Amino acid sequence: MNLYHYASPSTFYPWAGKLIPWFAALALILAAAGLYIGFFVAPTDFQQGEGYRIIFIHVPAAWMSMFIYVVMAFWSAIGLAFNTRQSFVMARALAPTGAMFTFVALWTGALWGKPMWGAWWVWDARLTSELILLFLYVGVMALQAAIDDPRRADRAGALLNLVGVINVPVIYFSVKWWNTLHQGASVSLTRAPSMAQTMLWGMLIMALAAWMYTIAVALARARTLTLERERQSEWVRARLEGQP
Amino acid sequence: MLRFLFTVVRRDVLLAARRRGDWLTAQFFFVIVVSMFPLGIGPEPGMLRTIGPGVVWVAALLASLLSLDRLFADDYRDGSLEQAMLSPCPMALLTLGKAIAHWVINGIPLLLIAPLLGIQFNLPAAALWILVLSLAIGTPILSLLGSIGAALTLGLRGGGALVTLLIMPLYVPALIFGAGAVEGVLSGSGSEAHLSLLGAFLVLSLLLAPWVSAMALKVSVE
Repeated sequence: MNLYHYASPSTFYPWAGKLIPWFAALALILAAAGLYIGFFVAPTDFQQGEGYRIIFIHVPAAWMSMFIYVVMAFWSAIGLAFNTRQSFVMARALAPTGAMFTFVALWTGALWGKPMWGAWWVWDARLTSELILLFLYVGVMALQAAIDDPRRADRAGALLNLVGVINVPVIYFSVKWWNTLHQGASVSLTRAPSMAQTMLWGMLIMALAAWMYTIAVALARARTLTLERERQSEWVRARLEGQP
Repeated sequence: MLRFLFTVVRRDVLLAARRRGDWLTAQFFFVIVVSMFPLGIGPEPGMLRTIGPGVVWVAALLASLLSLDRLFADDYRDGSLEQAMLSPCPMALLTLGKAIAHWVINGIPLLLIAPLLGIQFNLPAAALWILVLSLAIGTPILSLLGSIGAALTLGLRGGGALVTLLIMPLYVPALIFGAGAVEGVLSGSGSEAHLSLLGAFLVLSLLLAPWVSAMALKVSVE
């Protein structure tokens, strides 16, 4: 399989078009199943009552907010190393979704924090680094928006992305470094999770749904960006004239 | 190689020495921002002592950002930046030299003013020393990371505000460790841990920042 084949915009565009409905449908089904488990099947938490159910949105959003930044950095590195235009398009297409998930994680965290901690916001390490992550997303998007030449915008954004990715591990390990209000991570790979099985399933299914949603949205955005950038090329003209 | 670095630093410092108004603005900006806080918060000594280290550090971040957008811009406008980029020496040395010059022009005066501002905030003598020491380790980080932002936003509209948006989040560790060191003296828990982490961050940015901002310059100028 030749990867460069898929890196060409004229191959990417129809492929992405075929994949989007599948990922969108998967996202819908998984979100429906996850929300059903989260709100009707999972038992009430004995300490936090019903309020804990916001984790079915909060935790997947927080995971995705960090993960998307790493994926953006991955595409940026690939783009800088192999000089492939489509990698930059992918990195750029992911940024708004990542910022959205970061915002959702902060927002739902505040909603959870008010009844549990008695405060909408505390200056705890994890909250603060999530806020900084939001600033990093905004910074990358603002830089790319300020540059008119797409080639320069891509490269400048990619560099900033790679510099910022140092922040993502700090977020993840800050729980261990600083001992603060935020409860420790409840899911880990090395020991049994400290929550009921159904809660865990609900959360994992919601995380998968968020994943599928991200892929679908990012591909759709990448398609639009590709079309905009390749407007001079032969295949775009043929495709646009072919469709009524 | 070292001569090239030295030449870059010397040229920038000379230019700044001949245009004193430019760099004095940033220094007075620092003093004025710090002096505004007691006026806004109130002259209560205990309160001022608590917020003092943080206020001085945040003002130092702002002052270094204020002078950053001109780091490469003047040379870019008159064409000497492109000439310097054509030289056979590695470009990371050019950006390193620029960052060092920025620190000499903007960082060192901050170190000299900071104790005076610390006295205004009722800091004890031990804390003043640590404040100067933490700024001495921390301000080179600001210049180094800032050079990345200056290179990325070279020649863009709204460059100054954009640099702040890009670079401020990256300054966060320096701010936390720097202000934390002084806080440690005030609370009696010691400052060695914070200063060591600040030093580690300086080494990391010294290793990576000149290289990244050289790549950013290439992207921006080509």
